[in-house]
Amino acid sequence: MTAPIATNQTILVVGGGISGMTAALEAAECGKQVILVEKNPALGGRTAQLYRYFPKMCHPTCGLEINLRRIKGNPNVRVMTMTEVTAVTGARGNYDVTLKMAPRFVNENCTGCGECGKAVTAQIPNPFNYGLDTIKAAYLPHTMAYPQRYVIDPSIVGTPEADKAKAACKFDAVDLEMTEETVQLKVGSVVWATGWRPYDAAKIQPYGYDRFDNVITSVEFERLADPHGPTGGKILRPSDGKEAKNVAFIQCAGSRDENHLRHCSRICCMASLKQTQYVHEAFGDDASSTVYYIDIRAIDRFEDFYKKVQADPTVRFVKSKVARIALNEQNGNPVLHGVDTEGYHRYATEHDLVVLAVGMEPEVKGVQLPDDIILDSSSFIEGSKDGGMFGAGSAASPLDVNRAVQSATAASLKAIQVIHKSAAAEKSSKEVA
Amino acid sequence: MSENKFAAYICAGCGIGDVLDVPALEKIAQKEGKMTVVKSHPFLCNEEGVQMIRDDIEKDGVTHLCIAGCSRRAKAEAFSFPTAAVSRANLREGVLWVVAEGSEHDEVRQEMAEDYVRMGCAEVKKMKLPAGNPARADNKRVLVVGGGVSGMTAALSAADAGYEVVLVEKTGQLGGFAANLHRRVPFASPYADPQPTGVEEMAAKVADHPKITVHLNATLAETAGAPGRFTAKVAQESGSVVEEAVGAIVQATGFTPYDINKLPELGGGQANVVDQAGLEALAQAANGGPIKRADGKEVKSVVFVQCAGQRDETGQHLPYCSGHCCATSIKQAMYFKDANPDVDTVVMYQDLRVPGMGEDFYRSAQQKGVIFTKGKASKVSGGDSCTVDFKDLILDEDTQATADLVVLATGQVPNAGVNLDEWTEVNTAAEGGDEEAKAKRDEMRSVSVLKLAYRQGPDVPQFKHGFNDSHFICFPYETRRTGIYAAGPVRRPMDMHQAMEDAAGAAMKAIQATENAAQGRAAHPRAWDLSYPSARLEGCTQCKRCTVECPFGAIDEDEKRFPVFNESRCRRCGTCMGACPVRVISFENYSVDTVGSQIKAVNIPDEFEEKPRILILACENDAYPALDMAGLQRRVYSAYVRAIPVRCLGSVNTIWITDALNSGYDGIMMMGCKKGDDYQCHFVKGSEMAYYRMSKIDDTLKQLGLETERVTTHEVAITDNARVATLIDEYVEQLNAIGPSPMKGFG
Repeated sequence: MTAPIATNQTILVVGGGISGMTAALEAAECGKQVILVEKNPALGGRTAQLYRYFPKMCHPTCGLEINLRRIKGNPNVRVMTMTEVTAVTGARGNYDVTLKMAPRFVNENCTGCGECGKAVTAQIPNPFNYGLDTIKAAYLPHTMAYPQRYVIDPSIVGTPEADKAKAACKFDAVDLEMTEETVQLKVGSVVWATGWRPYDAAKIQPYGYDRFDNVITSVEFERLADPHGPTGGKILRPSDGKEAKNVAFIQCAGSRDENHLRHCSRICCMASLKQTQYVHEAFGDDASSTVYYIDIRAIDRFEDFYKKVQADPTVRFVKSKVARIALNEQNGNPVLHGVDTEGYHRYATEHDLVVLAVGMEPEVKGVQLPDDIILDSSSFIEGSKDGGMFGAGSAASPLDVNRAVQSATAASLKAIQVIHKSAAAEKSSKEVA
Repeated sequence: MSENKFAAYICAGCGIGDVLDVPALEKIAQKEGKMTVVKSHPFLCNEEGVQMIRDDIEKDGVTHLCIAGCSRRAKAEAFSFPTAAVSRANLREGVLWVVAEGSEHDEVRQEMAEDYVRMGCAEVKKMKLPAGNPARADNKRVLVVGGGVSGMTAALSAADAGYEVVLVEKTGQLGGFAANLHRRVPFASPYADPQPTGVEEMAAKVADHPKITVHLNATLAETAGAPGRFTAKVAQESGSVVEEAVGAIVQATGFTPYDINKLPELGGGQANVVDQAGLEALAQAANGGPIKRADGKEVKSVVFVQCAGQRDETGQHLPYCSGHCCATSIKQAMYFKDANPDVDTVVMYQDLRVPGMGEDFYRSAQQKGVIFTKGKASKVSGGDSCTVDFKDLILDEDTQATADLVVLATGQVPNAGVNLDEWTEVNTAAEGGDEEAKAKRDEMRSVSVLKLAYRQGPDVPQFKHGFNDSHFICFPYETRRTGIYAAGPVRRPMDMHQAMEDAAGAAMKAIQATENAAQGRAAHPRAWDLSYPSARLEGCTQCKRCTVECPFGAIDEDEKRFPVFNESRCRRCGTCMGACPVRVISFENYSVDTVGSQIKAVNIPDEFEEKPRILILACENDAYPALDMAGLQRRVYSAYVRAIPVRCLGSVNTIWITDALNSGYDGIMMMGCKKGDDYQCHFVKGSEMAYYRMSKIDDTLKQLGLETERVTTHEVAITDNARVATLIDEYVEQLNAIGPSPMKGFG
């Protein structure tokens, strides 16, 4: 792969989710040169894995289609997938960046025809569905994957499976000799749109995510509800494939807790309210959702949605931090124990399925970032000491999609200010010379 | 001008050549498509294939080309030829991957592919290479309306990126609401204490910035024009008017606190009951010392009543939550605790809403001894000792609290100007000669913020609860008035930190709007698009449908009621083209002809062949991708359909429907986005428009002696891959039951 041309007038955007795509596109549509790097094989990030958005219940892939079309139509954006930033040196207006590109084992010749996928029999856990099902080891990450190019999983490289994939390709697109590459770039400013990951639910011991099949996370529940998900959009619980009509949502699973995440993740209340509507949509009047919460944080016009859900007879609210979950061995139902703080009643309530509204943890937590980056106590990116690098979207703060895009648009302008300043400085130094 | 040269390139890759008769397709392109150059290639999207096309363009003078291979959504970069007009015939996702396998389907599969080649050739023959809006203008200055924190941030953001800014502020000083705050909520770690506002420093920066011109005591008298060429008449205190030419606008007109006097039951208007702004004034006066009431008595106990007149279910007050008030009350409670830890401070809340790191600020308040009570206040009595009647939601009982001072956390009311829905009603009545309406219209115009000289009204449309927000989750700045962006609490309730971020984002969009306008390009969501609408005015009947139906206020009328296009306001959706009854509006590469000729290019078998033909007109952003992805997932559907992507269902002109019916199609499926309150159409009402227009087509059908089922409209989401296949097959069955169209053979 040829290294892209970049100068101190180039903006580097790290992360190809909706925030990164936005930051890149806003600058590119202003005439600036942008390099967008994404560590996964396709753009889209976590929003692509959501079934619907609150409060409009529209589909995230609709916006993804628009953003992908903007990228396809704009020569100012250079997209590099399976690429991570390993080092940033230099200073505001003049950074040297080192990128590491993982081998895809499929080159630009790929047409997305799918013959390699047909030839391969090995399966791997499907990352797009959070491992709830499997996918062929030669795969297109999802139906809207961009670039529309297959990936050969490294686990089969060196095995006859990979050779089958290579043999099946008529276009010489499978390249099993690919190795990791390192690229050096010069850029003027860096936008970190590295996003978030769901908090590791297994760490919340009393909820038994690692012990009970029918305790799942909110991001997994999105995949269950999605027609493109592992169950074809049917809400079936993992232990026995039974329809999960009686669902409990536990708020602040990990969030607002100094033992786990000290911040409030902002989106989880609205996400659970939305998910109660998935249950209603699937089972009608037979649906039953219970939301266990501390505070319902339905800010600004989201209050309208909260009121709508409150009026839904299939949804019940219990103000309580659930103390622990036990298992009814007979039927596999999780049993929730705790105290309802509105009047202090103890409860032990059975549900078909428990959905933990897990918090947002910065994807970069625990990752070595440039020394210059300033993090807050939860590892969200506040900025850089030299003012040349910026956090955007949920890398900067736990944000919903709308606010993340807004944050990314702002970050894009801050990056433009940096390169504008260095261009102006260069111009004036030339004039002096 | 050099001559047009047409070429078709047929890709045989991805199995196309194995299953379809490519030489036959070439022949169709040549004989029926009338393409001068026709070539096939085993792997068209690779370097060699693309180079072949490039050579033909550069050396052989090809100007128009049809690429028959994969969908237009695939390999877009490989098949990008900026100097040629390009159509794509979708043989892979649209034929190969969706028609059932097996030789018994060879005939219908081949017919489908041949039709798509005919359509692709017909389309490109009618296309012109877009040249960009000829009326482009390149003023890149940004007008910022409002000199509060949002406006000042927008101004500084644009100016620091090298753009000139004109800032208009109606009062005599910069700073807005925030200028009257004692301290602000912290924006950065450690989120423990109130912070200095920094407003004075910001105002000084704005005043000193060489790229910013500030008009104080000034309002807008009129704003006319379009992105790249707005003219703002700025009315000064002296009565003089200064004209400022600008390229884009940021509206940062802020909010007004909800009037506390509207809350008499919560003590509004009574002694020692203040709103949050009132408490800031007391804190400023105390300046770090003990906070005293208006009567001079030092406050020893204070209750903050959250959601005062907010989250209201009675319909009398604000139904929404203003988002910032919980953190603001926490900050204000700290004013008391920091000055004197012995002051009793109670925050009475229903849901404490401090998202993100606000949680740390909340913890800090708890450490400082602020009490948080989950309760709902029903009555506040002011006076020397105020009482708050409330329901304790934890103990589930009615109880009372007393305090020296009660602070009501009232909400933000946007300073958004005129509600355009009301305006349209009043304006229509006024235009009809209603004198009362005329007076009302004048009154409305006087409260307008922007005073836009737009046919569609003087301000930007409001979304919910009077805020100027975007309707779209993925695109918070997707406004309905191109080049005008709302920022801060006028867009959505928000705190200062968010407002500053928001202002930077709006400034970004504003400078981008000027850059796009200068190049004659569309704005979001078709930012790459150089096409623009033009009208053959000699054919225009001055019916005004285009001006009325344009969702973006892009079309004005001249004194003879002819449409006047403001191309740089236009979003290129084609709603005007769909609306025009005499079909005089078109884009270079998207017109009544580019689609109409595709419809006519399809070969319609006679009725005895029992092969119905169904036209699909699919929204290119949602329904068409769903059809494509059905292909990607190898979902099989009928080979009798012929799909054409349209920019928006709003652009569908009824002539396409009548032409299709006249030429013997058996049925038509229109697929668009969700309509209604939660509409998903990025051109606002395309889908709704299509439903409306099609509701009128029934008469036409009856005149033609056709069943109404022959024209159908569907809401299709981008995730409906499986559903589109089912919809198609069910429709084919339905049409089979009705029987073939009697129009066959007359077309």
